[in-house]
Amino acid sequence: MIEIRGLVKQFPGTAHPAVEHLTLTIPEGDVCVLIGPSGCGKTTTMRIINRMIEPDAGSVIVAGQDVMRTDPVSLRRSIGYVIQQVGLFPHWSIADNIATVPKLLGWTDHRIAARVDELLALVGMEPETYRSRFPRELSGGQKQRIGVARALAADPPVMLMDEPFGAIDPITRARLQDEFLRILRGLKKTIVFVTHDIDEAIKMGDRIAILRDGALVQYDAPEAILARPADAFVESFVGTDRALKRLALIRADAAIEASGPAAPSHAIAAHASLRDALAMMLSNGTDALAVTDSGGSILGALTLAGIRAHTRSGGEANH
Amino acid sequence: MLLLEAWQFIVDHPQRFFGALSTHVALSAAALGLAIAIALPVGILIADRHRAALIAISAANIGRTLPSLAVLAVAMPILGTGFVPSLFALTLLALPPILINTCTAMRQVDPDIVDAARGMGMTRTQIVRKVELPIATPVIFAGIRTAAVQVVSGAVLAAYIGGGGLGDFITAGIAMMALPQLLVGAIPATLLSIGTDRLFGHLQKVLTPAGMRTR
Repeated sequence: MIEIRGLVKQFPGTAHPAVEHLTLTIPEGDVCVLIGPSGCGKTTTMRIINRMIEPDAGSVIVAGQDVMRTDPVSLRRSIGYVIQQVGLFPHWSIADNIATVPKLLGWTDHRIAARVDELLALVGMEPETYRSRFPRELSGGQKQRIGVARALAADPPVMLMDEPFGAIDPITRARLQDEFLRILRGLKKTIVFVTHDIDEAIKMGDRIAILRDGALVQYDAPEAILARPADAFVESFVGTDRALKRLALIRADAAIEASGPAAPSHAIAAHASLRDALAMMLSNGTDALAVTDSGGSILGALTLAGIRAHTRSGGEANH
Repeated sequence: MLLLEAWQFIVDHPQRFFGALSTHVALSAAALGLAIAIALPVGILIADRHRAALIAISAANIGRTLPSLAVLAVAMPILGTGFVPSLFALTLLALPPILINTCTAMRQVDPDIVDAARGMGMTRTQIVRKVELPIATPVIFAGIRTAAVQVVSGAVLAAYIGGGGLGDFITAGIAMMALPQLLVGAIPATLLSIGTDRLFGHLQKVLTPAGMRTR
């Protein structure tokens, strides 16, 4: 768990504080996305957690310990750190890059080698092929995979990620996001994830903290933020298509109706989103779909009216 | 014909020739070693201090424009003649390129790489030793290479203030209008410069970390 209490930070020579009395509690095992327009204090807040920046006032408690009373070097070794530009060491092999923190912690060579291979496999890169390559031989997406592997190396309970997929092309970004979510499911890490992309925030976050001018505007689960924006700023920030974004969070089988029409002509998979279902209805000129499980058997029917009801009530999300 | 006479001179005076050659090499090596010992740590130390780096680089740039002979001429009235003043002047000559390159190379290390290193819990010393210095090595070594060539060719002038070396043959050759003797100094001195450049070029390649070599 991370507790941020009354955090204040003003950089010298600036008119306004970058962070102003920010209080935020991030439950253990959650992905908390910090989001807001540039200059809202999201990166500053993140960097105060591992003392890359020292706050003027307030405190940050990580796993019961006040970070200001923890030695910054050992604190940083216990927190995973991923940045947008990755920052791989060009003179070190991929294996050495991943082994950075374990080496600083003095692990045995044998343990390090095993861990490196394990992590390469985890991020979907063949250890045999990539272990002894150098960063310049990798694509942007591959570099960030190694960046994530490097941050995971010593199995830190907390990870800080500053726009980790921001510099990667949209297709690769979506794939990395999916893979990262898959990796996370098995790991139970508390993650502070900074982004300026609301779609990424909705996709990655268990909770989203929307910041503006250094202050917290709304802090809630993605579907709650989409359903009930706290004010006009949040509403415009999440976009006019927030209803569609919410539908993207709800699985088709969550909106099945018991008394649906008898035999819809088109079918959609149970794990597909209501957004996809709506798109299918529109493109096929129908207002009902059959929902099928992975085996192909029909679970029930989904109607346009049912989808509409979900956009109003705030139905169950697929988290 | 001239070359033959020069060769004959070496054969007739082997002790003088090899004595001068070894003085030349010793003088150059000592000056380069001293310059590295001074400029490398200073360059690393001031690299992350913006104003100090600016002042040092400007000073070094001015130092760089001074003609070698002028430096030697200034050294003589202060330190007298012989090996030590020559060493002093040549060290002075070698400092600027090493200092400038070290300072610049350390400052040019990608800030994101340094940020990542710091964020993962490296101490300041570890960042310098494990990250910045290896990444800066090729550029630092380019400076050392420049300095080495300058020193080896500059050492010819040491003869003017009694520092010895191959310059002795050149000055004597000029004074006596003895062209062959002049060549006994000039040709080996030139070869020595070229050899030094090649040697340090090779060292530069070898010392560049594998991940940073361009193929």
